[in-house]
Amino acid sequence: MAQIILERLQRKFGDAVLAVSSEHGDETAVVQRDRLVEIAQFLRDDPELQLDLPVCCTAIDWYQKREPRFEVVYHLFSLRRRHRIAVKVPVSEADPTCPSLTPIWRGMNWHERETWDLYGIRFTGHPNLKRILLYEEFVGHPLRKDYPVDKQQPLVKLRPVREVPTQRQVPPEMLNKP
Amino acid sequence: MSEENLLQSEVVVTRRADAESWLRQQIERLSQPVINWSRKYSLFGYPFVTACCGMEYMSVNSPRYDLARFGAEFPRFSPRQADLLWIVGTISHKQAPILRRVYEQMADPKWVIAFGVCASTGGFYDNYATVQGADKVIPVDVYIPGCPPRPEQVLDGLRMLQDKIQAERGRVMI
Repeated sequence: MAQIILERLQRKFGDAVLAVSSEHGDETAVVQRDRLVEIAQFLRDDPELQLDLPVCCTAIDWYQKREPRFEVVYHLFSLRRRHRIAVKVPVSEADPTCPSLTPIWRGMNWHERETWDLYGIRFTGHPNLKRILLYEEFVGHPLRKDYPVDKQQPLVKLRPVREVPTQRQVPPEMLNKP
Repeated sequence: MSEENLLQSEVVVTRRADAESWLRQQIERLSQPVINWSRKYSLFGYPFVTACCGMEYMSVNSPRYDLARFGAEFPRFSPRQADLLWIVGTISHKQAPILRRVYEQMADPKWVIAFGVCASTGGFYDNYATVQGADKVIPVDVYIPGCPPRPEQVLDGLRMLQDKIQAERGRVMI
């Protein structure tokens, strides 16, 4: 449905579009980080595309599965044309930065803060890049795959709580523990 | 009365302080059941509602299940006016200081009910964000399990708290 977006992108930007895919009606373009701002501007302003609604910005952590490690994902929608597209930007672990699209879509502001908070992608040019969901005392970014799954960072000193033994006996092989 | 008989008699009061202490004990012993009875039927709840269990809390409070029947009628939205803290929903680490502060602002005597599994144990949220039970932050009197608990369970929990209040000793201040 939104093949036109991919075609126009490839015609205009050529090599900056690294890959495109169109599975089950979900058009996706993987683009270079250096030209992201330029591409975003084109997606918003082109009269045939008019992608005016920033639906979401998030990231994927391909820890030990792919290089580069991160992908920043933008979901865009056009209220006039009724089509949508996902734009992906590969970002390396050594330099986890990405240009901010807040100057283009103001609605990206909090989405990018959330992505910074949980994945640690630093958006250059963002007007107010600080944590949005977690507290400032939190160390690290919990949705990264190398964040320990049971690590907690309490703000108050926790009380010791007595464990109450259960009456039901659980066979050891049923316990889902290593 | 001979000196020997005096020593064996039940009440020997020799000092004023002892007499006052004995009198206070007797007043407490006699008034405690009455005071407990009045406390357990005039619980003023402070709803600390953070998650979906809040819908069930509203259901318990509304006419169909009618918490007011058991003397816990009026939700007060100021901790100063409340003596029962309902922790309704997941407590995250970001919220734990707020919860503790609300608890500390309540005047004694005060009681706490953990409403639902998240408030009781953290529920299935075993991750970076969630406190594994509100009792890691403040003491809890009654735990009501369920995700969310049925209103009947909540009423049962409230009755258990009332039994607990009736059985309390040594909390009268004269």
